[in-house]
Amino acid sequence: MQLLNKGVGMDNRVTGLLAALACALALGGCVTINIYFPAAAAEKAADKIIDEVWQIKKGGDAAKGEKPAAPQ
Amino acid sequence: MKAAVWLRMVLVALTLGVAGGALAQANLEINTPAIARLQASMQQRYAQLAGHYASGAVGLTRDGNIALRDANAVPLAQRQQVNSLVAAENEDRAALYREIARANNKPEWESNIRSTFAQRWIEKARPGWYYQNTSGNWVRK
Repeated sequence: MQLLNKGVGMDNRVTGLLAALACALALGGCVTINIYFPAAAAEKAADKIIDEVWQIKKGGDAAKGEKPAAPQ
Repeated sequence: MKAAVWLRMVLVALTLGVAGGALAQANLEINTPAIARLQASMQQRYAQLAGHYASGAVGLTRDGNIALRDANAVPLAQRQQVNSLVAAENEDRAALYREIARANNKPEWESNIRSTFAQRWIEKARPGWYYQNTSGNWVRK
C-alpha cells in the first residue's frame, strides 16, 4: 500500500511538472506570436498589390498580354 | 485528481489560444481606403514609368524604392519629368508600406513590409528591367 501510494505521488509530480513545462511553452508561444512577422502573409499581400499596380495577369496571360497582336 | 483535470483544461485553452493567434495572422489586412488609393495612384503612374523601366533609365532598388539609374537613357527634355515621377512613386511606396503596417495595428512591421516588397517587386520585374542586388549593384533581369 505504502509503495503504491508513493508510486501515485511520483506520477502526479511528473504530470504536474510536465503541465508546468507545457504552460511555460504555451505562454512563450503567445509572446512569440505577438512579435513574429508573418512573412508568408506579407508576401501574399505584396504579390496582390504588385500584380494590380503592374497589371500582371495570373497564369500565362502576362506573356500573352505583353505581345501585340500578330502583324497582318 | 481535480488539479490534474483543471490543469488539462488550462492546457487545452492555452493551446487553442495559440492556434487562434496563429490563424488570425494567416492574412494581412490590405483592404483599406488608404491602401486602395495608393495602389490606384501607383497603377496610374506605371503607365508613364513602364517605358523607363524597359529602357533601363529607372531601376528597382534593393530597399523597395525606384531610382533614376541612367539619366542618359532619358532625353534631356524629359529628365525633370522622370525625376518627379520617381520622387512621387517613392512617396507612394513609403506611404503604402506604412499604411499596411498601420492597417494591421503593427506600425513596427513597416521595415519588414518594405523589405518583403523589395524582394517581390524584383521577383515580378519584367525581363530587361534593372534592379539592385543585395550588394547594391545594378543587374539587368
